Amino acid sequence: MTLQDTNTAAARAPHIGQAHRRQTARRHLAGRGRFVSDIVLPRMLHAAFVRSPMARGRILEIDTRDAEQSPGVVRVFTARDLNPSCKPWTGTLDHFATMVSAPQNILAEEEVLWAGHPVAMVLARTRAEAEDACELVMLDIEEGEACVDGHAALTGDAPRAAPGLDSNLCFQTVLETMAVDAAFAGAAHVVEGDFTFGRHTAVTLEPRSVVADFDAASEQLTVHHGTQTPYQFQDIYARHFGLAESRVRVIAPDIGGSFGMKLHLYNEEMATVAASLKLGRPVKFVADRLESFVSDIHARDHKVSARMALDAEGTILAMEVDDMTQIGAFSTYPRTSVAEGNQVVRLMGAPYRMPDYRGRLSVVFQNKVQTSQYRAVGHPIACAVTEALVDKAAARLGLDPFEIRARNVVPDDAYPFVSATGYSFEKLSHEACLAKLRELMDYDALRAEQAALRERGIYRGIGIAPFVEITNPGAAFYGVGGARISAQDGAVVRLTPSGEVQCAISVTEQGQGTETIISQIVADQLGVAPEQVKVTTGDTDTTPSGGATWACRGAGIGGETALRAGRKLQGQILALAGQILQSDPADLALADGHVVDAQSGTRRMPLAEIGRIATYRPDTLPEGADNSLTAAEHFAPSGYPFDFTNGIQASLVEVDVETGIVRLLKHWVVEDCGRIINPLLVDEQIRGGVVQGLGPALFEECLYDETGQMTNASLADYLVPMACEMPDIVIGHVETPTNDTILGAKGVGEAGTAAAGAAALNAVNDALSPFKAEIRQTPMTPLRILAALGHV
Amino acid sequence: MTMDIELTVNGEHVRESVEPRMSLADFLRERLQLTGTHLGCEMGACGACLVLLSGKPVHACLVLAVQAAGETVETIEGLSESGAIADLQAAFHDRNALQCGFCTTGMMVNAHALLGDNPAPERAEIRDALSGNYCRCTGYEAIVDAIDATARKRASDVEAPA
Repeated sequence: MTLQDTNTAAARAPHIGQAHRRQTARRHLAGRGRFVSDIVLPRMLHAAFVRSPMARGRILEIDTRDAEQSPGVVRVFTARDLNPSCKPWTGTLDHFATMVSAPQNILAEEEVLWAGHPVAMVLARTRAEAEDACELVMLDIEEGEACVDGHAALTGDAPRAAPGLDSNLCFQTVLETMAVDAAFAGAAHVVEGDFTFGRHTAVTLEPRSVVADFDAASEQLTVHHGTQTPYQFQDIYARHFGLAESRVRVIAPDIGGSFGMKLHLYNEEMATVAASLKLGRPVKFVADRLESFVSDIHARDHKVSARMALDAEGTILAMEVDDMTQIGAFSTYPRTSVAEGNQVVRLMGAPYRMPDYRGRLSVVFQNKVQTSQYRAVGHPIACAVTEALVDKAAARLGLDPFEIRARNVVPDDAYPFVSATGYSFEKLSHEACLAKLRELMDYDALRAEQAALRERGIYRGIGIAPFVEITNPGAAFYGVGGARISAQDGAVVRLTPSGEVQCAISVTEQGQGTETIISQIVADQLGVAPEQVKVTTGDTDTTPSGGATWACRGAGIGGETALRAGRKLQGQILALAGQILQSDPADLALADGHVVDAQSGTRRMPLAEIGRIATYRPDTLPEGADNSLTAAEHFAPSGYPFDFTNGIQASLVEVDVETGIVRLLKHWVVEDCGRIINPLLVDEQIRGGVVQGLGPALFEECLYDETGQMTNASLADYLVPMACEMPDIVIGHVETPTNDTILGAKGVGEAGTAAAGAAALNAVNDALSPFKAEIRQTPMTPLRILAALGHV
Repeated sequence: MTMDIELTVNGEHVRESVEPRMSLADFLRERLQLTGTHLGCEMGACGACLVLLSGKPVHACLVLAVQAAGETVETIEGLSESGAIADLQAAFHDRNALQCGFCTTGMMVNAHALLGDNPAPERAEIRDALSGNYCRCTGYEAIVDAIDATARKRASDVEAPA
């Protein structure tokens, strides 16, 4: 059997598609997780940071003398000490033409640019002693005028958010089709709205954590880093600190949540590495929750004006969108803060046949925490704006929300299809998802119940929101823009002397079950059980280099890499078995831990025997036989630039029109992520994603005052979704595998987040419709709902 | 200044000298290397640090180590090794009621305490009992399912003849 003539994955796959449990979960259940925050090394110092108390100002003096004398303190560093060791970083990419951002370095040099900007670093024997000493650092900062509001920041006389900027415009782009103005001119109906999407943040339960350990004797830097992208950080640490890549090892052990937030470069991580390089001993930094709020990237923060043109039958003709997004004083590195807005303007109207479009994006600097990529980058904004306008159009035309969408989604038989914004869709399933959702939620019964309850003064709302999700990105995402971010992944699969399997792979695990699905995929290629496949991830020294985990690529790209590596090893095993058994390898197969006869399934020899002979008795093999039982394979997506997935969500809410409080009663998702490798894990990715979409729709917001101070920067004040507020979530599936890969899997991690907020927004507006009230701002707080109702 | 304290942790007698300001969570994690107790907010809002202090769940970040002197403390490690939560652990595993694992240990401690107080909770009661345990990964439903399944299994095991 050769690599080419293997049967389809489905036909040969007893474990792909099964709900295998995560073996690694058992460690966590026993309290045996090993997070970066748990790591203690000999002679390790603890870091704490002195931060700017104001959003904008000029540093006049930093006096560290008292802090240096504080008990337990080893060193106090300022920019003068650390920044020269680090090449500055600039968060721009070539494919976002004309974008600008000021260079950044570890600690604030002359100016502080947001409240929380690190100014000094204290290293002490304990974190408590380091924090004590931070209190003794005397900062003299002359307060300046901060840019807080994005629209105001764009006026000519506004102060600049960072030194060296000609204006506060980071990036602007316009996408448009030829006939968009004609479409609006000839439209029977135009609906429009202004929308505001608040800032929120990831709030991973384990804060950002790093332990940097530089051993001067071996010139080896080892960084234990709570990140989803260890190879990216290996490259960054090597280049920015002038180290050979081979002398930098990044290990990402158990990660207490990431969701995109932990793949950006932060001042504190660079400071920790710089301090370890300087002192030649391990340095640990674990953000406390208060500093997480003012240093972890924030997300979203968009103001969108949008309108939609329709003909008399409710056919969507065009959309015109203006998105202004506010990103802080710098664009993040190495992925920029432009990708979010870029995806907002490109995903508008994505489920629909809409032929014409104009989207304008303005990315604006201000003196707040940086915003950047977080789970479902851009998707929730595009989906909420589009679906709110579709509902508005449905109301105008007297159409049911399902009916107007049925008239407009790209038909399931119309693929491949290119959207008005230029995205190429291989094959999506909006019609099937729409039909399945309607049945799953028993839509007609819910409408009848809603009408009956309204008679009694109970206001329920039903909202639906189809979506398109970007997954499995190729190099078009970052690589073409000059970013050293890998679009490919790598796997090394080997048969051990005992006939078990090990797979070292570049995609990483943050609890979503990456290691489990990789074991299932490899197991199927080698005829073993997933429990016999040990998967290693998250260590740049022991796994091949690759993109790791972001933009929903673990299953689609990582899984395909593992499949191909597994098949390569399968070929090697069968070739060797053929020589041992004096058989044609094409007549052999692997099953149940054995080499078997391909036709009859009769067992010919155990894999353990192959391992034993190849390892201990290669002398007994025929001359020239290859005893290699290790196979490496790298895979980069080709064909379509992304694998788009699709689905639809629905939300049922009840609004108390006296208090403005929204109760989430139930949520439904029908999702098409292509081939499902593990339905248990897929469903829980969707549920978790939905709740990360509902949080910012109803609760989560980083609130700032007019001076640029975040006013709710603690977990007592910032509202996260908790168990008692969240609904049960019913999930259905449609499976449309991609033909770009053998495996056929697409991504699923961001689907839940993409449309949950849109569905909730439409549901709340449906509940408010008897009062002719509508809300166009998230989070939909009780006060905002009361304002929409005219009560306040 | 330090103070000498003696207490029982997971059934073992412990004697240590601690600063009065040291939290029980830091004491468990740093002195005893019981790193299964996690810190998510250090202000009693997230529930990651829940341990049993004399049988009752407390936020170890809000209790000083010196306040635990003379008391018994049980952490996830002790509950796991004694077998007291074996069925809960199995239910969480079966239902995939955890992802990153960081909230999980606090969830287990709270779920164990809940089922001790209320062996047959309604789903709404389970959600209410978890209202101080933040989980960013799962969306909570699987956790509620796992606790619900454990309660039902315990009830049916009691009813069924041995």
